[in-house]
Amino acid sequence: MADLSINFAGIKSPNPFWLASAPPTNTGDQVMRAFDAGWGGAVWKTLGNPIVNVSSRFGGIDYGNTRMMGLNNIELITDRPLEVNLREIREVKRRYPNHAVITSLMVETKEEWKEIIQRAEEAGSDGHELNFGCPHGMCERGMGSAVSSEPKVLREIARWAVEFATKPVIVKLSPNVTDIVEPGEAVLESGAHGISLINTIKSIMAIDLDRMVPLPRVGDASTNGGYCGPAVKPVALHMVGELTRHPAIAKLPISGIGGISNWRDAAEFIALGCTSVQVCTAVMHYGYRIVEDMIEGLNDFLDSKGMKSILDLRGRAAPQYKNWGELDLGYRVVADISVDKCIGCQLCYTACMDGAHQCIHLPGRTEEEARKAGHTHIPKLIPDRAVVAKGGAAVHGGGAPHAPGSRVPFVDEEECIGCNLCQLVCPVSGCITMKEVPSGKPHESWNDRVNRGADYVPGGLHVTEMERAKRST
Amino acid sequence: MKHNSPHIPDVEGDRLEVLYEDKKPPYDDAEAIAEANRCLYCVDAPCIKACPTAIDIPTFIRKIGTGNVKGAARTILTQNLLGKSCGQVCPVEVLCAGACVYNDWSRDPIKIGRLQRYAVEKAIAEDPQLFAPKPSTGKRIALVGAGPASIAAAGWLALEGHAAAIYEKKFLPGGLNTLGIAPYKMKVEEALQEVTWVLSLGNVELYEGVEIVAVSGSPDEVSASALLDQYDAVFLGLGLGPDSRLKIPGEDGGGVVGATHLIERLKADPTLRFKGVDRVVVVGGGNTAVDIAHELALLGIDTTMVYRGGDHEMSAYEHELASGKVDGMKVLCERQPVAVLRDNVGKVIGVRVVRTEDKKPVPGAEEDLKADMVVVAVGQSRMTEVARSFPGVELDMRGRVIVDPKTGRTGNPKVWSAGDCVNGGKEVVNAVAEAKIAVTSMHAFLTGGA
Repeated sequence: MADLSINFAGIKSPNPFWLASAPPTNTGDQVMRAFDAGWGGAVWKTLGNPIVNVSSRFGGIDYGNTRMMGLNNIELITDRPLEVNLREIREVKRRYPNHAVITSLMVETKEEWKEIIQRAEEAGSDGHELNFGCPHGMCERGMGSAVSSEPKVLREIARWAVEFATKPVIVKLSPNVTDIVEPGEAVLESGAHGISLINTIKSIMAIDLDRMVPLPRVGDASTNGGYCGPAVKPVALHMVGELTRHPAIAKLPISGIGGISNWRDAAEFIALGCTSVQVCTAVMHYGYRIVEDMIEGLNDFLDSKGMKSILDLRGRAAPQYKNWGELDLGYRVVADISVDKCIGCQLCYTACMDGAHQCIHLPGRTEEEARKAGHTHIPKLIPDRAVVAKGGAAVHGGGAPHAPGSRVPFVDEEECIGCNLCQLVCPVSGCITMKEVPSGKPHESWNDRVNRGADYVPGGLHVTEMERAKRST
Repeated sequence: MKHNSPHIPDVEGDRLEVLYEDKKPPYDDAEAIAEANRCLYCVDAPCIKACPTAIDIPTFIRKIGTGNVKGAARTILTQNLLGKSCGQVCPVEVLCAGACVYNDWSRDPIKIGRLQRYAVEKAIAEDPQLFAPKPSTGKRIALVGAGPASIAAAGWLALEGHAAAIYEKKFLPGGLNTLGIAPYKMKVEEALQEVTWVLSLGNVELYEGVEIVAVSGSPDEVSASALLDQYDAVFLGLGLGPDSRLKIPGEDGGGVVGATHLIERLKADPTLRFKGVDRVVVVGGGNTAVDIAHELALLGIDTTMVYRGGDHEMSAYEHELASGKVDGMKVLCERQPVAVLRDNVGKVIGVRVVRTEDKKPVPGAEEDLKADMVVVAVGQSRMTEVARSFPGVELDMRGRVIVDPKTGRTGNPKVWSAGDCVNGGKEVVNAVAEAKIAVTSMHAFLTGGA
């Protein structure tokens, strides 16, 4: 059993799984039930001066039969009196002294920051998360994501917080910026102790085409909200990666947020350099109980890799996040379609024909048929194999049986550029694999080519060629 | 210009058919979208190849998934005008769904039939005028019989702007679709609704209670020569004739009934009741035998199918046999009826059967099965007389109308034919597919082609 406990800028937690500041951390009762379920920490629903919320508040986007691939909300910070929240925080800390309770905060003036930090600490808060990320409602009042996009303002407010706080200060960043490194550096300069990201992404969920109103609808109108859930994970990973590969920012502990739904997502964020991860949408979808699998899965994963603790995993993938110019131009993979696993849907074929490089062929075609279908290259090697897909032969009844060899496509390896598209569309896991093949090219990056003056590819603009010729003389 | 659809009589309510529950109830929107979203949208999909009418199944399913139900129905109906009933009555297990790539992935094939029914029913309920007929061509076609082949043909001909007149000797149109489908698959009213819709697509007239004969001798009869004279072309959708007989002692008299005749009464005759019928023996091993045995078993009657070959030799679909057995139908193979047994007042009391090996009786291996009623499901006769009354129309050895399979044209250049009378008795979907071939050829002929 690996050690899952973490120390995040001094905030101790039995495991890296924290609830993000959101509806699941709205009340003490909820947070205590979450701790009972196994969550290591909770960032309390943002405290501040109470607001008024609208109804409805959430919008979802489905993908096929999967509900809530993404979720957005137009909810603001806590709508409960500060006193009630603080009393419950005190109660939770009294009953769960070893769990992390972090207070998310959002106020306006320096005096307000001073007071709210003080009162949160009096209630027993283990640390503060400055909510500089909320992209709706509060930003219109000069708070939330409005702060994230103004590095100077961010640095200023964060400095106040660091000045007033005796507990660690974490700054939560908004993804609604051009370059996440700018606010990241502002956090660094402020002296804050950690960063969490991402907050939600500005979004309009959908349009009700009958009412002609965006969703989620509030009467006969709507507004932009914050997007979260599985769909935002790639955006979150990128922004985390931008910070964890920054030599100075990487020294701060980072709490990863954005679409984390299971132990594998969590492991990916930690591998990219996060110390803790925060979860909201998956809990809103399935409940606190999901943490049991997260803990177990992460434990088993660490064991299987011979890692003893979260620290062993943290940041292991960060050095491999590089710029495009550093990638090996000599590396080559090609697709390989398993005859045994193929069910004959031919989605890979059509994807390659219309969306890639026309290098997947259907068996049993003449050269003429292949050219007519849109192939410009006829493979030298046509596999000599029985290629009736398992699902392709109508063995279940009287359906017209297919001609032998009519369903399992094959790859023209010479033409395959290894783009992965066929593997990505294949519904059968493990049916299409990308295999490494020698490319006959040296191990070399674009930067290497620039350095040795070989960064010129023929077939471009005459203007460029003339310019190059001038430079070389 | 839209013509009033012909009047189609209602069926009375008090029929045994109404007791049956739909085995595949219609999907609601959520069910349909969930099922549609499971479809992989295969390329050159095996399900299309398995469909006799070659409906572009993945495309119509995708359209359901996007909420484009009207488009889904168009995709279905352009290939198969009887898309609704085919969705309900097709043996999808051995056609489209049987070919679904999910089968060998140990996953349930897509419920194509139910999705198809959903799309067509919903689209037509929302907008019956999915298709507009082309301007009138002035050409008139007579269609003999009002079964699936003729109904589909009449609809397509009407959409092309031709005038169609259907002659049906029964008082309900639709043929087996109306009167021969197991009631847990489709009820009479549903079949009639579909017929009504198809006949509303253009200029179609329906003459019920009219027989086509060689020489007309009454107002209810029209001669073949009159049709050939009065119309530009004739379509024969004759279907099949009455149930065949066993030709064994004791068969004549009450208590012995043909299967299709009994199914028809069960569906449409409010006077039919099975009073005092506790045990029934159904003779036959085909799909009609399974249907009636299954239907009787569902009414709580002790029903046994008796078949002279082994169970693997039955022409009935495996999935139908399995489903009937679940509902209590019994199957007794390798038994051949040799006599219907009656008591001294002539009431049926049983069937004497002889054990068979390789479908041949084993001498002395006889036994008596108790039965209050015997249902004969060993095939149907052919409508040879009607066909023969058209000069030039030829029949094969088995009494089937001979057509050119590429055109559906008979030996008489003005006469086309399709459906059971040509293929000897297949599915509704085959009748529609053949009717489409015939209509394509007829249309070419009527518009100045060959």
